[in-house]
Amino acid sequence: MTDDAKRSGLSRRSFLRGGAAGALSGGLAAGLLTGEAAGAAAATDAEAPDTVGPGPVEIELEVNGATRRLAVEPRVTLLDGLRDRLDVTGPKRVCDRGTCGACTVLEDGRPIYACSRLMIESAGRSITTVEGLGSPDAMHDVQQAFVENDAQQCGYCTPGFVVATAALLARHPAPSEQEIEAGLGGNLCRCGTYKGIRAVVEGAGGGGVSGG
Amino acid sequence: MRPFGYAAPATVDQAVGLLEAEGSEALAGGTDLLSLLKDDVERVDRLVALRGVPGLSGIELDGGMLRVGAMTTLQELRDDDGAIAALPALAVAIDGVASPQLRAMGTVGGDLLQRPRCWYYRRGFGLLALAADGRSMVADGDNRYHAIFPEGEARFVNPSSLAPLLVALGAEAVVHGPAGERRLPVEALYRAPQAAGERENTLAPGELLVGVEANVEGSRSAVYEVRQRRALDWPLMAAAVSLTGSGPRTERARIVLGHAAPVPHVATAAADVLSGQELTPETVAAAANAAVEGARPMSGNRYKVQLARTAVRRALGRAAGMEI
Repeated sequence: MTDDAKRSGLSRRSFLRGGAAGALSGGLAAGLLTGEAAGAAAATDAEAPDTVGPGPVEIELEVNGATRRLAVEPRVTLLDGLRDRLDVTGPKRVCDRGTCGACTVLEDGRPIYACSRLMIESAGRSITTVEGLGSPDAMHDVQQAFVENDAQQCGYCTPGFVVATAALLARHPAPSEQEIEAGLGGNLCRCGTYKGIRAVVEGAGGGGVSGG
Repeated sequence: MRPFGYAAPATVDQAVGLLEAEGSEALAGGTDLLSLLKDDVERVDRLVALRGVPGLSGIELDGGMLRVGAMTTLQELRDDDGAIAALPALAVAIDGVASPQLRAMGTVGGDLLQRPRCWYYRRGFGLLALAADGRSMVADGDNRYHAIFPEGEARFVNPSSLAPLLVALGAEAVVHGPAGERRLPVEALYRAPQAAGERENTLAPGELLVGVEANVEGSRSAVYEVRQRRALDWPLMAAAVSLTGSGPRTERARIVLGHAAPVPHVATAAADVLSGQELTPETVAAAANAAVEGARPMSGNRYKVQLARTAVRRALGRAAGMEI
């Protein structure tokens, strides 16, 4: 686990319950699969955690740079929470089963399907949606490139594709053919705008587009 | 989704304690479980969130032993240069989960224990999909993606991307439960259920898969998947092979088919064909044929028998570094 992940694990826990986080200080790598880490942690934190829900649970998370606090039932997905509770409607609800990519957002910088993450699982983490990348007045390079390359038609898949493209370019600033297919393989467009989207990503090799 | 409670344990022991209660399920990446809950195929009283449990996530390469925590995401494993260099076939298996979002969310344990994709199961007819008169909906219905090695009425296929390779390597699963730790071969995680309500894995209530361990030294291994779509779908058929032996002769081979049976299908007869032999187009073809001995395809999946032969042949070719 990265230091980053450890940190968000800590903050996430405290955001949920006001901190029973002491057990996390135990070494991780040394005890992997040997039971040492688990045993050591158990000794300092034997008390079982509370079960929260099924009613609303107070959580806090960062959405597009702003700290948001709300009470959600554990069953609410990140997608529904963003759209219905926080009015962040860029991520689209299309398949709602993790098979189309229209709901793609960044969680701590990684592209995920917001429909397949419980919002409570994102507590203490940082979410970036298409709205967080740029605005109509100050578009992100990827958004600008989608416009210039006519890379959308009906537009339903576009917010997810823009976020997935930004994530791909952050990892691979000048992606190969193979990296493009692997990096955008989690998003579908039923209108068939792939040609324009490919042009967006290939244009990135010239330095015009960055994932940032 | 129906309402449910949620608990975030801080230790493996706490997670085990929570999972002992009836109606509790472990939540890993969630990419499979949430869909099942949305479709009301599975119901839970409480989800036990594993995401923040220390000790469940991480990758270690110690000598030739690769240890991977169950909550390690597929992308974390794919990005671990040491692990991929030691076991290049892992990259093929992980890339087969052909969506960066699923690789970022999905975990090693979740890949191994994801529920079958059988569309009768996913529509709520149960793993065995028996009609009220006891007849198999699968045998009588659309079985194009189902097992060519059904076991009794279990006709779904094991969907894991990593399991065939791990079984071929003789990897062990590390499980924690109320009685402590136990280790078992990865193939022993799976079983073909024979009665309604039985699961396709062997974990007891309260047991938690905490990781896998594989010896990645001293063998050549490879994975080959036959796919209908390159993205966002499971393969139609997969073969994983592991070969040991110095020089041109194979001392011992392990050949495992994925998407062929309710469990990762260990093709013992195919492995025996290669024992003590040099890999040649002839011995490889003989192994590929032996791999499908005893296959019992149904009305709509006869084509998968040939896919299995091809997958074995090409996986062996990859492992041996030759075009076959």
